[in-house]
Amino acid sequence: MRLPILAATLIITAARVSAAEPFIIVQSTTSTQNSGLYDSILPEFTAASGIAVRVVAVGTGQAIMNARNCDGDVLLVHAKAAEEKFVADGAGVSRSDIMYNDFVIVGPHDDPAGLSDAKTVSKAFDKLESGDFVFTSRGDDSGTHKKEMALWQMAGVDPTQASGTWYRETGSGMGATLNIAIGMNAYAMTDRATWIAFGNKADHKIVFEGDNALFNQYGVILVNGERCPSVKAEEGQAFIDWLLSETGQSAIGAYRRQGQQLFFPNARK
Amino acid sequence: MLEIGTAFRAAFNLIVGFDPDLVEIIGLSLQVTLTAVFVACLIGFPLGAVLAVGRFPMRGTLVVLVNALMGLPPVVVGLGVYLMLSRAGPLGVLNLLYTPTAMVIAQVILVTPIIAALTRQVIEDMNLEYDELLRSMGAGRLSQMLTLLWDARYALMTAALAGLGRALAEVGAVMIVGGNINHVTRVMTTAIALETSKGELALALGLGIILMALSIALNATLMGFRRTAERLAYA
Amino acid sequence: MLELVKAVQPDEATLLTLDEVTLTRGGAAVLDALSLDIRAGAITAVMGANGAGKSLALRVIAGLIEPDAGEMSYAGEMRAPLDVSIVFQRPVLLRRSVRGNLRHALKVYGVPRRQRTRRVAELLELGRLGLIADNPARALSGGEQQRVAMVRALAARPKLLLLDEPTASLDPQATQAIERLVRKAADDGATVVIVTHDRGQAKRLADDIRFMHRGKMVEKASAKRFFENPTSAAASAYLAGELFL
Repeated sequence: MRLPILAATLIITAARVSAAEPFIIVQSTTSTQNSGLYDSILPEFTAASGIAVRVVAVGTGQAIMNARNCDGDVLLVHAKAAEEKFVADGAGVSRSDIMYNDFVIVGPHDDPAGLSDAKTVSKAFDKLESGDFVFTSRGDDSGTHKKEMALWQMAGVDPTQASGTWYRETGSGMGATLNIAIGMNAYAMTDRATWIAFGNKADHKIVFEGDNALFNQYGVILVNGERCPSVKAEEGQAFIDWLLSETGQSAIGAYRRQGQQLFFPNARK
Repeated sequence: MLEIGTAFRAAFNLIVGFDPDLVEIIGLSLQVTLTAVFVACLIGFPLGAVLAVGRFPMRGTLVVLVNALMGLPPVVVGLGVYLMLSRAGPLGVLNLLYTPTAMVIAQVILVTPIIAALTRQVIEDMNLEYDELLRSMGAGRLSQMLTLLWDARYALMTAALAGLGRALAEVGAVMIVGGNINHVTRVMTTAIALETSKGELALALGLGIILMALSIALNATLMGFRRTAERLAYA
Repeated sequence: MLELVKAVQPDEATLLTLDEVTLTRGGAAVLDALSLDIRAGAITAVMGANGAGKSLALRVIAGLIEPDAGEMSYAGEMRAPLDVSIVFQRPVLLRRSVRGNLRHALKVYGVPRRQRTRRVAELLELGRLGLIADNPARALSGGEQQRVAMVRALAARPKLLLLDEPTASLDPQATQAIERLVRKAADDGATVVIVTHDRGQAKRLADDIRFMHRGKMVEKASAKRFFENPTSAAASAYLAGELFL
C-alpha cells in the first residue's frame, strides 16, 4: 500500500508550507488586491525586511470582523468611520492615512440615464431614482458599499426601497458586481483602481467622476496586541512603518496600470 | 462578449508556458484535496460500514443525517471551520487559520459525509448477500465489516472519487479558511474566483479548463487502475 | 422395526433435538411446533414440498434465525456456530480468489496464521481445486463454486454440516463431486443434515429421512424404510409426485 506514504508526504509538505519564514497576515480589501497593488509593492517590503506579507482580501466589513477576531496583524481598508470605531473599541492600536483614490460611477457607453451631465454625484443618483435604469450595488457591507450608502443618503434617496427592481444588491465582491453590471447593462459604483485594472469592461465606461464626495481614503491599523496576544506587533508595525515611509509611499505612487496611477500616497509626514 | 476560444488559448498558454505560479497552485490544489480525501476515506469507510452493518439505536437517524450532510454548503462549512480556528474561536491557539491544514480540515468535513453515505450504500447492498454466510461462519461485526470493506474496495473507489470531485471543485470553504493567500493558500478554485472578480474572464475560464482536465485525468487514472486491478485480481 | 426402537431411544446417539420450535412470519406459523432429532454421525436428509419449512429449520439449527418459541439442544459440547457449518443452495463466495476465500474462512475460524497456508493446500486438494486456486472465485462455474463453498464449510472441521439443497442447480457431474465431499465429511465423523428434493440423492446419501409438511415433521424413518413404505399420507403423496401445498 503506497497510499498512506503518499498521504503522509502530503501532510508533511502541508505543514512545511506554513512554517517557513516570518510572516504577517494583512486583512485587506479586494480593491487593493485585484488592482495588483500588493503584487507590485509587497516584494519590495519583503526583500527589505525579511517579512512575508499574507494578504486576505475580502470586503472591508469582513476584513474588520476578521481583525476583531484577532485573525490578522494589520488591517488595511477604506471605510474611515468603521476604522475609527475599530480603534476606539480597542481592537486596533491607531489608524493612519496611507493613500487615496476616488470612486467612479461606471455605466453603459451611451449612458442612457445621462449621468455624465450631472454636476454632483447627488444629482447623478437622483437621475437613477426614476427607476428606468438598473443600478447594481455591492450590498455586502464593504467599504465601497458603505460609501455608496452614504452617497445615496446625501442625495436623499433610499434605493433599498427599490431593491429587486431597478436597484440590485448583488451581495458580492466588487469584481462580481461589475461583471453583473456589465451583463445587465447597468450602472455601478466602483473604486477607480479596480475599474482600471478590471479586465471585463466590455462596452462600459466611466460615466461620472470628479466629485469631491467620491474621495476614497485608505487607512492602515495595527491590530491591538493587548487584546489579541497572537498579533505579531513588531512585524506588523514594521510593515506599517514601511508603508508610511518615503520608500513605501513612493512605491505606492509608482504603481501604474495602463499608464494610469491607481493610488495616491497621502501619509502624514 | 467573451469567446470560448480565448479561454482555451489562455489555458493553452498557461500549460505550454509551464507557468510557475500555475504549477504551484495546481500542486497545492492536489495536495489539499488528496490529503482531505484520504483522511475522509479513513473516517468515511469505517463509518459507512458501521452504519451499514451495525445494529444500534438511532442508526436510522444517523443514516438520514449523514445523507443530508452530503449536501452541506461549502460556505457554511467554511464559516464553521473559520469560527473554530479563528483566534477568537476555541481552536485559535492551534494557529491553523489561513493555512493549507485549515483547508484540509474544511474539506474533510465536506467530503466525509459523501464517502460515508456512499460507503454505507455499497456495503449495505453487499451485505444483503454476505450477511448470512458471514454470520454462519461466526464472524463478529468487526470482522464482517472488514470483510465487506475489503471486498467492496473497488466500488469504494467510486465513493472516494465522488469525494475527490467535490473537494476539487469547491471554492466556498477553502476561500474562507484559506484566505486565498498568494503562494500560501491559493488553489485552483480560489484562483478562478479571484480572476473572475478581476474581470479576467478568459484567464478564469482557462484555469477552469485546466481544473476540469485535471479532474478528468485523476478520474481516468483511478478508474483505469480499478479496472485493471479488478481484472487481474478478482472478478 | 429394529430401527424404530432405536430411534425412540433418546440416547447418546442423538446429536441435536428441536423441541416444539415455532417460527411465525407475517402472522402464519412457518415452523409449527416443529420437533426433530438428528442422529449423531448419520447423514439425515430433510425432505418435503416447497414451503414445508425445511430451509428455515436448517437456518434455525445454524443459529441464523432465532425461533419465536421452542428449544433446541445439542448433545455434548457444541459451540455454534464454530462446530456448525452451512452450505447454501446458491454459494456465496467472496470477491476474492479461491485461495483467498479459503484463507478468509480459516482466519474467521481462528486458525493461526502459520497453519493457514498448509490448511488451504489441504482444502484445495480435498475439493480438487488446485488448478483454479488463484482464479476469481465468482467467475467459476456453478459446480466449481459449490465445491469451494463445500470445502470452505469443511475448513471449520464442523461436527455438524448443514446443506441446503447444495446441488439443486448443478449438473450430474458437479452433483457427484459434491456428494463425494459430503460422504467424505461423514466418513470423517461429521453429522450431516441435507435438505434435498432429489430423491436419488437422498437414497444415495442418507441414512435417515425427516419428512416435513407445513412446518411440522410428519414422518421420521430410515431412508430405506421411507422410500419403500412411507407411513404418512403427505410423504406418500410427495413420493408419488402428487403433493402440493
